[in-house]
Amino acid sequence: MRMQVLVRLKSGVLDVQGKAVEHALASIGFQDISEVRVGRLVELEVEAGDEAAARQRVIEICEKLLVNSIIENFELRRI
Amino acid sequence: MRVSVILFPGSNCDHDAEYVYRKLLGQEVQLVWHREHDLRSPDLVVLPGGFAYGDYLRTGALARVSPVMQEIRKFASRGGPVLGICNGFQILCESGLLPGALLQNIGMRFLSQFVHIKIENAGTVFTRGCAQGSVITCPVAHFEGNYFADEQTLERLEGEGRVVFRYCDRDGRVDAADRVLNPNGAAHAIAGIANEFGNVVGLMPHPERAVEDIIGGVGRNSGLPMFAGSLSN
Repeated sequence: MRMQVLVRLKSGVLDVQGKAVEHALASIGFQDISEVRVGRLVELEVEAGDEAAARQRVIEICEKLLVNSIIENFELRRI
Repeated sequence: MRVSVILFPGSNCDHDAEYVYRKLLGQEVQLVWHREHDLRSPDLVVLPGGFAYGDYLRTGALARVSPVMQEIRKFASRGGPVLGICNGFQILCESGLLPGALLQNIGMRFLSQFVHIKIENAGTVFTRGCAQGSVITCPVAHFEGNYFADEQTLERLEGEGRVVFRYCDRDGRVDAADRVLNPNGAAHAIAGIANEFGNVVGLMPHPERAVEDIIGGVGRNSGLPMFAGSLSN
């Protein structure tokens, strides 16, 4: 089963990368763009009987490795 | 004393740490590869600076699941002294051995410069050789050095005296809002912290690169007392 994990910095946590992108956009004429936040997308294949089991497995790996819960949160979806 | 310096793919300050303990302090130093399950009975462990696993995913994230980190967890839980410098600090935070996380620098730049850091707690294994309130002048070289923790954690660290190093000026004056004194934007100008027992210490700056007058700018603010003090028991 193919799953997608979207990892984002929590709101309120400074996103330096987002800020840099925002500045770059402004420098090429997109001054109407603001609040840019950059996340990380991870896609993976899970061996599981059903979607619930797959989600459970992916949540486990998010907690163990993919996500630092101090600064990030995540969303899952099946693709 | 026997010192184990941990070597990850991408570590690049392992030899600086080895140099301090072996050449300057005359101790036995062994480099321990990240895949090893045995720390080889050290009295002290150093997680050196660098870019372990290329900083993939997050700085320190992949290092935290390496075999050697399981051993370091056990060593630290028995009270063994562990020092994490720069990337080593990031790895200790990712591993949960120290609280908080290191965000990208507030100024959006990689910082490669000298900083002054003040010894805020001279009671840890790695600062007992330094005078309380004294200043070390040493380099920083990082992109993710902006210490972050939630308010509750910061309060606890401050209350328990676990902020070990703070960015400051040459006279020890701290101003967290001043980008010159606190160049990466760290919360409370925190440069380094300790765990609750004081045996695990992490910091972003590189005191191991400021131990001899030959590199200049060191003088009385040398990082050497940190390492020398970690030897006595």
